[in-house]
Amino acid sequence: MSAPAPLAVTETVGKPERPRPFSSQNLARTIAGGYLPLIVATLIVVLPLLWMVLSSFKTPGEIVTTDLKVLPESVNLDNYSTAMTTVPFGRFFLNSAIVTAVGAAVKVTLAIMTAYALVFVRFPFKNVVFILILVALMVPPQVAILPNYVLIAGIGGKNTLWGIILPGLGTAFGTFLLRQHFMTLPASILEAAEIDGAGHWKRLWQIVVPVSVPSIATVALVTIVSEWNDYIWPLIITDRPEVMTLPVGLTLLQNSEGGTGSWGILMAGAVLVIVPVLVVFAMLQRYIVAGLTQGSVTG
Amino acid sequence: MSETTKARRRSASSTSQPERKRPRFSGRTRRDFLVFLALALPNLILIAVFTYRPLFANIQYSFLDWTLGSKTARYIGFENYATFFGSDDAPRVLGTTAVFTVLTVGVSMVLGLLVALALNAKVRGTTFARSAVFAPYVLSGVGVGLVWMFIFDPGYGALAWFLRSIGIASPQWFNEPPLALTMVIIVYVWKNLGYCAIVYLAGLQSLPADVMEAAALDGAGAGRRFLSISLPLLSPTTFFLLITTILSSLQAFDLIRIMTPLGSGTSTLIYEAYMQAFGSYNRAGYSAAISVVLFAILLVVTVVQIRFVERKVHYA
Repeated sequence: MSAPAPLAVTETVGKPERPRPFSSQNLARTIAGGYLPLIVATLIVVLPLLWMVLSSFKTPGEIVTTDLKVLPESVNLDNYSTAMTTVPFGRFFLNSAIVTAVGAAVKVTLAIMTAYALVFVRFPFKNVVFILILVALMVPPQVAILPNYVLIAGIGGKNTLWGIILPGLGTAFGTFLLRQHFMTLPASILEAAEIDGAGHWKRLWQIVVPVSVPSIATVALVTIVSEWNDYIWPLIITDRPEVMTLPVGLTLLQNSEGGTGSWGILMAGAVLVIVPVLVVFAMLQRYIVAGLTQGSVTG
Repeated sequence: MSETTKARRRSASSTSQPERKRPRFSGRTRRDFLVFLALALPNLILIAVFTYRPLFANIQYSFLDWTLGSKTARYIGFENYATFFGSDDAPRVLGTTAVFTVLTVGVSMVLGLLVALALNAKVRGTTFARSAVFAPYVLSGVGVGLVWMFIFDPGYGALAWFLRSIGIASPQWFNEPPLALTMVIIVYVWKNLGYCAIVYLAGLQSLPADVMEAAALDGAGAGRRFLSISLPLLSPTTFFLLITTILSSLQAFDLIRIMTPLGSGTSTLIYEAYMQAFGSYNRAGYSAAISVVLFAILLVVTVVQIRFVERKVHYA
């Protein structure tokens, strides 16, 4: 008796109150409440980057002017060629590619191995090891630059690519993220493999890694991006252009192109550093974003 | 427990091997021990050498009067610390660090939450907006710094043009220390906001829908639901973000180095430590002392926060 009554009430009251989906009132509310903040947030991000790209095509005359010219008169690549000839940009690009590829490959491999050991291999002090990794996660690498500089310079690593790569190879971040993922794998798939006589090495590479491709891709992409952008360490350990990475080389460009007319050249340099990452991010952002948010939910 | 049953099952299936000949797991334990070390040791050694060792090395260096590159150093006890805290350096550097950290963390988190609410709206186009908002977080600080230096350029920058068009002369962002700090904070927030937004968005999307619906049926408006349900339920996310953003603000280097190379007005602890050792002074001992101060602050903040987070997580 009492159950049907409220139902009837909500039906009669609910219907007239809800505006039709395309009523002007509803549209206005959707735009103001839903779209406007989205558009503003997106523009705040996109406009400076667009400005960088547009300015990189401008002549000094189009930049050194008090009335703003939004679009360059032509797609002028002079700034790029000036940037390339002022400093060895091709060399920087190659160095960055080598440092990123080697560094990321080693880091991801080490992260996979350590995370597997932490989750699937019996070891008496596992928790201690895990806590040490968690604490390492909280130590900013910047605090370590002076002692690492003294060590690496002392063993002849200054102005070498291995000197740039080596101190960053240990990975607490990747280990932590992959450990969290490996913990969620069903024990049954590994038990089956164990019964079949597969050793740890085989179980790691033939079962755990193939089913964890998205998580590993996440760690790999985050690692690649941070290696590519890494600045303070390559800045300190190199002072010769032949071994500089892109961000350090960009500083060199900034120092050699001091005048206000050179903004176009510096924007061209910024494009060369930023756009590769933007392209990778646009294609694979799901992994990168998912990885960073995954860490937050589980951590 | 499950290891035992597994092992038993395996030995039961392999009939060729008699049960009692197999040693009571000791061989297996030793093998696992070695497997663990083989897999984890390379990484652990690297972490020990390049993450942990520097913490102790910094303490050791901080007691030295040592010019970087020099073969000799003199033990001077706590003199580096006395110099730092006794001079103008401490209030200047600690003050800059505090202002930079509090403002970047506070503004990023508040704006991040607002952007997350916008991204959580049930409208089309959120996927693109989500990627766009997050993008600056993955870009090179050096590149981003240069782009914004051009925008802030008082002569020919886009901001100067905008200010002129509304009748205001552009401030001299690069010459006045407080303005330089403001500028770096703005750019830092621009670059890191997306991280807070996306983490908050994940938090918002994991909120229990039934609780929200129940509250809505009980007549709670959107504002009330946000303050009384979403915000408290988001507290683990908020504390996670607090930790990570404080840690990354205290590490902020790239933007400061590019936008204000001399560090006038923007010399935070990390930048001062860099400048003292690798700027023009080569004062390695003094730089190490500043790094130790920074690390002590990080340690205190982290310990306090971990305790706080634990309580909050239990509650939520």
